[in-house]
Amino acid sequence: MLKRLNRIEHLVQFSFDGTVVQAEQGDMLAIALLAAGIDHVRQSVVSGSPRGPYCLMGVCFECLVTVDGVQNRQACMVEVEDGMTVLSQKGAPAILGLEASEEGMVP
Amino acid sequence: MSLREVSTASDLREFYDVLIIGAGPAGMTAALEASAAGARVAVLDENPRPGGQIYRDITRNRPERKSYLGPDYWKGKQLAEVFDRSTIDYAPRATVWSLEGPDETVAKVRNVVGVTVGGSARMIEADAVVLATGAQERPMPVPGWTLQRVMTAGAAQIALKAAGAMPSEPIVLAGCGPLLYLLASQLIDAGVSDLTVLDTAQSTFRMSVLRHMPEFLRSPYVLKGIRLLFKVKCQACVVSGVRSIAITGTERAEGVRFTTAGGEQAIPASSVLLHQGVIPSTNLTNAAGCELRWNDEQRAFEPVTDNEGRSSRQGIYVAGDGSGIAGAQAAEVSGRIAALAALCDLGLVSVTAVAARLKPLHKQARRFLRGRAFLDVLYTPRPSFLAPLNPETVVCRCEEITVRKIREAIALRPPGPNQLKTFLRCGMGQCQGRLCAATVTEIMAEERKVSPGDVGTYRLRSPVKPVRLAELAHLPHTPRALKAVTGRDAVDHDTNETGHISCPDTDIASCGQVQRRRPTSAGSSLTMMASTWKGRPVSS
Repeated sequence: MLKRLNRIEHLVQFSFDGTVVQAEQGDMLAIALLAAGIDHVRQSVVSGSPRGPYCLMGVCFECLVTVDGVQNRQACMVEVEDGMTVLSQKGAPAILGLEASEEGMVP
Repeated sequence: MSLREVSTASDLREFYDVLIIGAGPAGMTAALEASAAGARVAVLDENPRPGGQIYRDITRNRPERKSYLGPDYWKGKQLAEVFDRSTIDYAPRATVWSLEGPDETVAKVRNVVGVTVGGSARMIEADAVVLATGAQERPMPVPGWTLQRVMTAGAAQIALKAAGAMPSEPIVLAGCGPLLYLLASQLIDAGVSDLTVLDTAQSTFRMSVLRHMPEFLRSPYVLKGIRLLFKVKCQACVVSGVRSIAITGTERAEGVRFTTAGGEQAIPASSVLLHQGVIPSTNLTNAAGCELRWNDEQRAFEPVTDNEGRSSRQGIYVAGDGSGIAGAQAAEVSGRIAALAALCDLGLVSVTAVAARLKPLHKQARRFLRGRAFLDVLYTPRPSFLAPLNPETVVCRCEEITVRKIREAIALRPPGPNQLKTFLRCGMGQCQGRLCAATVTEIMAEERKVSPGDVGTYRLRSPVKPVRLAELAHLPHTPRALKAVTGRDAVDHDTNETGHISCPDTDIASCGQVQRRRPTSAGSSLTMMASTWKGRPVSS
């Protein structure tokens, strides 16, 4: 949902769910994703509803993604790096073989 | 001589005279003032570059962006350059997750700050801590505000400052407050062609507003404000008197429905930007046990401070918008004032020298505050935007708690927002109540017909930002704490001289697969704690 007013000068490339994304060096990850036309970064943990970056300043925790294997990184607080692997997060993760149901976690 | 940039926690000193949290205008001036007096100073800031949100990325911004970011933003450049030439320890990309004041019962005489820099955590001691944590936008819960392509106006401004990026058009900018029109003006200068402003502000002709008018007319905001309003009204589609809005779309925002006195209308949108004023960021002040008070004109909680920024906790000072919204220029002054108060209390500068410095600073502060009350009262959001009426509107975005559920739970008469949390999990998600606290207080106040000040707000506890269990496990622990967790005496454990647990292969990134060689040690208990924690940040 963002469009850059200038062309990228110092190119950095990273992957988001397997797709190569181009960004400007020093960009915050959330801004880089939005500028690449990616506005879906996760499904909420309660209902699985689609969410995207909202505040871009570390307050709302809507832009949580997995960066190089570390879950729940705030994409708006992480700078892009060349070769970074970023994954979207899908709902509540399974915990030790439990599954989420309407009544909570069940074995 | 120049700034000493700290990129790992181990490069910080164990102790500072003055530790400043936040590198916006207040944090930078506080640091400069304290450093000039010869104090050992460090600035911990979450962003990669100094400036805070107001001067975001000012140190690397390109001159061609000046045309749309404007001269007020560019004012920050000079301050950032002075900051860069100082000899302060500056830790960017630093997340502060706890602040504990002195505790005489355990012979702890200093403040202790928990911080993560470069992936490792550290506890740093400081005689004085200046909190310059700034402001956040007041939540604006409307139907559809959790959809993709809905952001805050502040977020759009950050994208403009940090990356020269603009939301896709058509853009609908909805809400009230000075930032709404400032952003509209910046978007116009950046070349936007399809912009609608839905102004939800109440009428200017209210007694509470008019009585502040004479003071406002003598303030520095008058000309600037009039010019801004005129420009936006000429170059964008502005709808005034908007009473309700709802964002439509299934996964992402596709349009906005709104009502005015003339009835309901619907317009298409590719981006929706919401804003209804800013409120102090009080997470750290609150968790540190500093007393908060309700500010009725600004309709927000703020820390109780004296004239020089001293909070109710000894050795903790608050400066800038985090102590009450007053803007960037006032923040610069209040940063200096708080630092001088700290230096005076620590005995690093004489009382008479401080008094002489404070006098002109207080005079400046009064000048910057002139006209604020008018803006605060003029832009008090409509009650229906503070305590939403639509029962299906989501209030707590993390736990997806609606207005209906909150009102139903309030009918069961919980004593306050803290008990409501346990009924609903409202405020217990990953944002730790940052985006619902204000609304929950407003709804409760409305239901009970009392002031929000009487309702209070969530009591927060550290960590106020997520910290990985592996980082906590690597911190030094007292024998008493180890015994409490493991049930064994500290001598049984692999602790080194500093109390660190030897736990070389604990890594939360792969915590599910961590294999301990000796599964009986304290390290392994903590590793197991880490391995059961998956997917959600640690919260109170």
